[in-house]
Amino acid sequence: MKTIDVTLQVWRQDGPADPGHFDTIQVPGVNTDMSFLEMLDLVNERLISDGSEAIVFDHDCREGICGTCSLMINGQAHGPLRGTATCQLHMRTYNDGDTIVIEPWRATAFPVIKDLMVDRSPFDRIVESGGFITAETGGAPDANLIPIPKPVADAAMDAAACISCGACVAACPNSAANLFTAAKVSHLNLLPQGQAERYRRVEAMVDTMEQFFGSCTNHGECQEACPKEISIDFIAIMNKDYLKAKFKNSRLLSRT
Amino acid sequence: MLHLDAKIPDGPLDQKWTSYKFERKLVNPANRRKYDIIVVGTGLAGGAAAATLAEQGYRVKAFTFHDSPRRAHSIAAQGGINAAKNYKADGDSVWRLFYDTIKGGDFRSREANVYRLAEVSVNIIDQMVAQGVPFAREYGGLLDNRSFGGAQVSRTFYARGQTGQQLLLGVYQQMARQVGLGNIELHNRTELVDVVVVDGKAAGIVVRDLVTGEVASHSAHAVIMATGGYSNVFYLSTNAMTCNITADWRAHRKGAAFANACFTQIHPTCIPQSDDFQSKLTLMSESLRNDGRLWVPVNPDDTRSPDQVPESERDYFLERRYPSFGNLAPRDIASRAVKVEVDAGKGVGPLKNGVYLDFSEAMERLGVDTIRERYGNLFEMYERITGESPYKVPMRIYPAPHYTMGGLWVDYELMTTIPGLYSAGEANFSDHGANRLGASALMQGLADGYFVLPNTVSNYLAPQLGTRPVPTDHPEFQAAEAAAKARYDGYVAIGGTKSPDRFHLELGRLMWDYCGMERSRAGLEKALAEIPALHEEFRKDLRVTGDAHSLNQTLEKAARVDDFFELAQLTCLDALTREESCGGHFRVEHQTPDGEALRDDEHFAHVAAWGWTGDPGQPERNVEPLEFENVHLAVRSYK
Repeated sequence: MKTIDVTLQVWRQDGPADPGHFDTIQVPGVNTDMSFLEMLDLVNERLISDGSEAIVFDHDCREGICGTCSLMINGQAHGPLRGTATCQLHMRTYNDGDTIVIEPWRATAFPVIKDLMVDRSPFDRIVESGGFITAETGGAPDANLIPIPKPVADAAMDAAACISCGACVAACPNSAANLFTAAKVSHLNLLPQGQAERYRRVEAMVDTMEQFFGSCTNHGECQEACPKEISIDFIAIMNKDYLKAKFKNSRLLSRT
Repeated sequence: MLHLDAKIPDGPLDQKWTSYKFERKLVNPANRRKYDIIVVGTGLAGGAAAATLAEQGYRVKAFTFHDSPRRAHSIAAQGGINAAKNYKADGDSVWRLFYDTIKGGDFRSREANVYRLAEVSVNIIDQMVAQGVPFAREYGGLLDNRSFGGAQVSRTFYARGQTGQQLLLGVYQQMARQVGLGNIELHNRTELVDVVVVDGKAAGIVVRDLVTGEVASHSAHAVIMATGGYSNVFYLSTNAMTCNITADWRAHRKGAAFANACFTQIHPTCIPQSDDFQSKLTLMSESLRNDGRLWVPVNPDDTRSPDQVPESERDYFLERRYPSFGNLAPRDIASRAVKVEVDAGKGVGPLKNGVYLDFSEAMERLGVDTIRERYGNLFEMYERITGESPYKVPMRIYPAPHYTMGGLWVDYELMTTIPGLYSAGEANFSDHGANRLGASALMQGLADGYFVLPNTVSNYLAPQLGTRPVPTDHPEFQAAEAAAKARYDGYVAIGGTKSPDRFHLELGRLMWDYCGMERSRAGLEKALAEIPALHEEFRKDLRVTGDAHSLNQTLEKAARVDDFFELAQLTCLDALTREESCGGHFRVEHQTPDGEALRDDEHFAHVAAWGWTGDPGQPERNVEPLEFENVHLAVRSYK
């Protein structure tokens, strides 16, 4: 068992309208087998025993699938490891004496609720606008009626792996949500079941996205930050469908 | 005594659900908008019920304490979902899935409920595919299946190692559509803190806004609770950090019977604990046992690296003890077998607290690429946590609390003993008996939410046409709100020295030591003496920093731990009074000479449904006898 001492600079903020500041916290005796969030648990335990308020941060499953955890760690969304959410980052990545800066996701669309917790509900608004296949309970045909070629199912699954954590937005210099939206659009637009609403879906979701988020300028930071390593190729697929939608939807609705 | 009427329809087993659906009362589509329904919890069961009831035309209010419905813990299920499709033509059928589930549950569940579950399993797969769930497929484009524990057919549908995530996204998307259409009013970051009963019927709920600390009431014609299980009573479990019993427990305190609390599932394949700071345990999917083989060195003092241990000096103990099911023995059996090896000093790893799960033979037979295709993301997860690659060295695994079969007692309609209050998914006790088979939790959650509740709720609602929900200024609501505010302010006011997590850790240790994989009369009695004492200390020495009027995660935790204390007592008491071993409940006093569970069908072929008396140490035990008309109560053998 190895232990290290680290110094944290943690963003503290009481509420969305309050000014925030960095607290410097010395954390001696961190076991390197701890996960990053277990290190924060330890810090909170010590804060409580000192009579201070614990640091607020979002977390839940701690196995990289629920997408609840976040954190900018030394300026990187989910920290330095590729394809890894904060909850699966371990302290063995750090060295004795390191200073670690911890901030919330930084994006206008994600206002801070408290400390390191942000409001990501614009993601829900995007899905509500069209991120579904209309298939009400009851009338579905047999599941094997429509064969789906394996590469198509696999590609849809690659997109559907998105955990909606928001790292793509936090990493983007423009705070764009194109990777998130593209993953959601592509998952459904690639599947035969998603074809009926394909063009309506992409138009509605992109338009909703633009109400909240900045514009994509192809930096590619999102793909680097994504804990599920979702490819920016999906943004190209979405853009192609969006462009087509502008013609097809006009025609379908007899708009000019 | 409580009146426990399971309301099982008459007629032959395979006709019961069909005849129920015809006999039940209906609500005309135009009248449905006159009804309000509250759904608490937005995982597979709650989300599916909310979406479907909204599609049917009811006005739905959905509540989740997460920031988004899509975060519910259903998302973490890895391996798959069972359905009796028989796409592999290997002899599966509704009857076989029914029988496997009853037997897997060690004959402690209701025939009629389980048969219905098997019956609607086929609809679930159709529904989820139509909604765009990208299940794994063969090259020809048809759906792929794999095997899971406790079955000798391939009936498990999967989406890589993320089946729960993909199914929950399907449900969430259906729900999101209804939110967008204005048919569901969604309340996120809002936690249930009480259930309100007026004139003997569920009238609504009291909730706390986790961001502002504000307490508010909501009323409706019916309340559905789908708030998951209570494995976190053990502190360390595979459950997410926020999983808790509060919603179920609040309902229990208001009159809903709590059934079979001692039926808890310990999952055999989890990453062993590495140290005291650990906050949770990580599951390695049961699907790994399709190709992975469990073994320990024959010699307990063997310190060689696993690849240096020759075949003749390895004990593949599941294959040896259960030749016909081998590594795919059900979870309760496999967990206990692992415990036997580790207790005998044959454990591997630095703390000797695990056994090997080895893929080397499968990688030789199928090639590394096939193994990567099947389990790649699980292997990566294992490596991220332990720093070891399962492609190079065998995994080390040990059992961990994972799922709870016990929960709120419900009848055939999924209604609790409080009229108008329903419970679905893991939160109820209904379908898995004393042990749940792998890949059946997702099936049950979706069955309850998509296919059962949308058919049963109308039977209760129809006679209420023309009534309005109880107004939230009713004295019962006002009293419940005042009590909730006092409860939360009270935690802050204690001003003791120990955080809620410390208490939770201590409670969890008691539960794991005395009410875990093995239980004895002496141990349970010890736990029943120590838990109330620790609870008393909690009431006097708890420290919650911050206040109750803003976001305070320490305070949220305190309230959940408070309820875990009372549930822990009930669980131990249930385990103490069930003088037999069955499924996940193993009493050392009741075992066969070769260490298998010894059931007592004469005295315990029943559900124990506990009623709240006001004293958590003295609940009232009620019994619902289980009648088996279609299956023979056999000794459960996987040999």
